[in-house]
Amino acid sequence: MTQTSSGKASAPDAGAEVVGGGPPPAKASGRRFSFNLRESGIYVAFALIIVLFSILTDGGLLSPQNISNIMVQNSYILILAIGMILIIIAGHIDLSVGSVVAVSGAVAAVLMVDMGMPWPPALLITLLVGALIGAWQGYWVAYFGIPAFIVTLAGMLIFRALTLTVLGNQGIGPFPDEVRTLANGFLPGFLGNVGLGPLGGADLFTLIVGLAIVAGIVGTQWRARQARLGYRQQVDALPLFALKMIAAAAVVMTVIVQLARFKNLPWVLVLLAVLVLGYTLLTNRAVFGRHIYAIGGNLHAASLSGIKVKSVTFWLFVNMGVLSALAGIIFAGRLNQAGPTAGNSFELDAIAAAFIGGAAVQGGVGKVVGAITGGLIMAVINNGMSLIGAPSERVMLFKGLVLLIAVAFDVWTKRRAGAGG
Amino acid sequence: MTDHILQMRGITKTFPGVKALQDVNLAVRRGEIHAVCGENGAGKSTLMKVLSGVYPHGSYDGEIVFDGEPCRFSGIRDSERRGIVIIHQELALSPYLSIAENIFLGNERTRRGLIDWNHTNAEAAALLERVGLRENPVTRAMDIGVGKQQLVEIAKALSKRVRLLILDEPTAALNDEDSAHLLDLLRGLRDEGITSVIISHKLNEIKAIADSTTIIRDGRTIETLDMSGGEVTEDRIISGMVGRDLEHRFPPHEPTIGEEVLRIEDWTVHSPAQPERAVVSGANLTLRRGEIVGLAGLMGAGRTELAMSVFGRSYGVGISGRVYKDGREIQLRSVTEAISHKIAYATEDRKRYGLNLIQDIQRNVSAAALGKLARRGWIDGNEEYRVADGFRADMNIKAPSVLAVTGKLSGGNQQKVVLSKWIFTDPDVLILDEPTRGIDVGAKYEIYAIINQLADQGRAVLVISSELPELLGLCDRIYAMSAGRITGEVPRAEATPERLMQFMTREKE
Repeated sequence: MTQTSSGKASAPDAGAEVVGGGPPPAKASGRRFSFNLRESGIYVAFALIIVLFSILTDGGLLSPQNISNIMVQNSYILILAIGMILIIIAGHIDLSVGSVVAVSGAVAAVLMVDMGMPWPPALLITLLVGALIGAWQGYWVAYFGIPAFIVTLAGMLIFRALTLTVLGNQGIGPFPDEVRTLANGFLPGFLGNVGLGPLGGADLFTLIVGLAIVAGIVGTQWRARQARLGYRQQVDALPLFALKMIAAAAVVMTVIVQLARFKNLPWVLVLLAVLVLGYTLLTNRAVFGRHIYAIGGNLHAASLSGIKVKSVTFWLFVNMGVLSALAGIIFAGRLNQAGPTAGNSFELDAIAAAFIGGAAVQGGVGKVVGAITGGLIMAVINNGMSLIGAPSERVMLFKGLVLLIAVAFDVWTKRRAGAGG
Repeated sequence: MTDHILQMRGITKTFPGVKALQDVNLAVRRGEIHAVCGENGAGKSTLMKVLSGVYPHGSYDGEIVFDGEPCRFSGIRDSERRGIVIIHQELALSPYLSIAENIFLGNERTRRGLIDWNHTNAEAAALLERVGLRENPVTRAMDIGVGKQQLVEIAKALSKRVRLLILDEPTAALNDEDSAHLLDLLRGLRDEGITSVIISHKLNEIKAIADSTTIIRDGRTIETLDMSGGEVTEDRIISGMVGRDLEHRFPPHEPTIGEEVLRIEDWTVHSPAQPERAVVSGANLTLRRGEIVGLAGLMGAGRTELAMSVFGRSYGVGISGRVYKDGREIQLRSVTEAISHKIAYATEDRKRYGLNLIQDIQRNVSAAALGKLARRGWIDGNEEYRVADGFRADMNIKAPSVLAVTGKLSGGNQQKVVLSKWIFTDPDVLILDEPTRGIDVGAKYEIYAIINQLADQGRAVLVISSELPELLGLCDRIYAMSAGRITGEVPRAEATPERLMQFMTREKE
C-alpha cells in the first residue's frame, strides 16, 4: 500500500480558496431538517395512496385478509421487479419476462403433473431452465451486442410460442400441494394464538417474527449510524433517526399484526423478504452490485476501469431468467394450473414498478426497495380500485397516469438539482 | 469616445446558493477580437449564456446594450436575430446529417415549405469557401475531423448573418495546425467587420490574436487589458486570473530515475473501422522508474491509440508487438490484466470515458480497485469512505465531502478524482492522456505537482499532451509521434518546441 503517500499535492501558493481542505463536519446536519425529496417522494406517494384508498374503502384496504391478499396476489410481480430493476440499472430492459413466466410454469407443470416427478427436483429443473433462458438472452445482449430491447422482444415471442407448443390451448394442472402452499399457503401457527384485546386473536409466532424484524432493522441502522459517526460522515440527527425508525417499526408492525390476525405469514411473503434482503445487500455492498451501477452510469468508464462489462451483463440476464422461472412457478401454483396466457403483460408491470420506484431511464440509478415500493403502489391501486368496484379500464388509466407522473417527477427534480450546478 | 458594439453592465446572476456573476462589466469594441479569460468556474460561460439569451432576460440583473440598443433576450433565437451567435465548447453538430444540413439546421432554405436542396448545398459551398474548408457540403458531419467541424460551426454562424461571434474554448480539442487555421479565420472575419468574443485557456493564442482581454475571477470582472501594444505577457494575464503571481507555471522537480519498468517493442495497431489501416506502426518505447516521459504528436498521430491498445487492448484490432514489464514479457489482453500488471491509463476525455458522473466521488475513486476494499465479494463501505476521503484531502479535491456527485465538480477536481482512482490501483506505470485538458491554470499547477510526486514515488509516468510547453516544462524525456510512428526521442535538456515540431510533422519515410 503506497497510496497513503499519494501526495500533499497542493501547490505552495495555490491555496487561494481551500474549500475542501479541512475534515468534514463531524456532527450531523443537526438543526436543519434535510429532506431528500427525490428519494423520499415515492414513499410519500405510497403513503398518500394508502390513505386515499383506506378512506375510499372504509378501511377495507387495510383489513387483515386484504393485506394478505395484496401480498399473495402480487408476489410474482414483485419478484420480477427485483430482477428488472437490476437490468434497468445496468441500462438494459427485459420485455420477455411475461413469456418466461409462462414457459417456466409450463415446464414445471409438465414435469410435476404429466411426468409425475416429485416437486423438489422439478422445481430445481424449472429454475435451471429459467437460467438457461437467461443465458440465451444474455449471450445475445452481452457477447453478440444486440440491444436488449430487441433480444427480449424476440424472446417475448419465442417463449410464448414455446409455451403454446407445450400446452396447446389448455392448461395443465393440478399441482402438488407443496407448490400450491408455496404460492398460496401460510406458515403453520408454531406457537398458537395470543389475544390482542379488541383486535382479537393473533398468531404468536408471526408477532415474534415481526418484533425480530423491527429489532433487526433498528439494530443494523443504529450500527451503520455509529460506524458512520466513527468515520466522521454525515448522519441524520438523533431525533430524525428515531422518527424514521419509529415510522418503519409502525409500518412493519401494522402489516404483521394484521397478517397475524388473519392467517399467519404467507410463504411467498417469507420468500419475498429473503429475496429483498439478499438483493439489497447485493446492490449495496457486493462488488457485483457495484459493477451494475458502474456499467449503467458510464459504460466506457466502467470497462476502462477493468470491470468485466460483458460478464456482468450476461449474469444479470441469467439472474432475471431464474427469478422469472420462480415467479412462473408461484403464478402457476396459485392458479393451480399452467395456462397458455400466464404472465401476459407481466413485463409491463415489472418495468412500471421499477420506474415508479425511482429507476432512471438512462440507467445507473435505482434501488431494490424502490422497485418493491413501486410494485406495491401498483398493487394497492389495483386492489383498492377493485374493492370500490372501479371498471378495469379506469384502473389502467390510473396506473398509466401514475407511471407518467412518477417519471415526470423524477425528471423534474433532477432538472431542478441540475440547474444549481 | 470608443465605439462599443456591446456593453454588458452590472451583470449579476444567482443560482440557488451560488452567486455565479457579481456586477460583471464587459465592453467590446466594434470589429475587435476580445478575449475573456478566467479560471474554470470563474463565470465566463455563465456570462456568455446571459449574453446569448440561454438565461433569459429577468433571470439576471444588469443590462445589455448591443449596437446602442438595450437588449432583453428571451432565448437564443432572439439573440441570433440580432446577430449574436455562440459556438459552444461541445460542438452541436448532428453527426448523421450532412455539412449543409447542419449549417442550415433550424434555419432551412425552403421553397413553398419544402427544402430547396440545390439552394442549400450551393449556399453551403459558398460559406465553406469563406471559412476555408474544402469539403463537399453533402459529406456527413461525422466523417470530418473535429477541426473541420469547428469550421462548419463558424459557417453556420455566418449563415445567420453574425455580427458578434462568441466562441467558447474553440481550440480546446484542436491540434496546433487546426488551431492556427482557426485563428487566421477569426482575423479574416475581423477584417470583414465581424466582432468576436473568444473564451480560451490557451494564453499564447490569446496573446497572438486578441485586441483586448477581459479577466474574470470568482464571478467578478478584474480588469480589461489592451493587447494592442504587445507589452502584456502571458504571466501578466495569469497573475490577473489567479490573483497572485505565479512565478513558474511548473513546480520545480529533481527527478530520481531508476531502472527500466516498461518496454514496448514493435507495437502495431490497426483501426477497427478500417482493419487494413495501421494507426500505430512499429512503435518502440521505454519508461523508467521515477521518470516522467512525454508523448508529443498532432491530432491523429496515434498517441491515444498507442496508449489504449497497450492498456488491455482497449482500442484497435490486429495488435502485434511485445510488452516487457521489469524485463519480463507480459500479456495484456484485457483491462483487468493491465491493472493487475500495475499499469493505469487516465483517459483524455474524463466525462465520457473516465468518470461515472452520476455517482459520488467515493464510488469513482474505488471503481478500478474495488477488490482492495472487498472481502469475498463484499465491499467494506466505511473503508471505502476512509480511502476516498484520504484522497480528497491529499489531492485537495474541492468538494463538501466524498459523497458529492462528480458531475457537479469543476474540470480540475474531476481530473483529481480520475487520478485518485488510478493512484488507488497502486500502479507502476501511469499513462496520463491530456491530464490538464480544460483545466484552469491553478489546478494545472496542482496536477503537475501530483505528477511529480508520483514519479518521486518510483512510478513511471507517460504524459500525452497537445500542449508543447506542458511537455517541455514537465517531462524528463519526450517522444514525438507522427502518422503512427515514433519519429523522435529528445531528452529534456535538448528539447525545444521547434525540434519537437519537426519530429511531429515528419512524413512517412
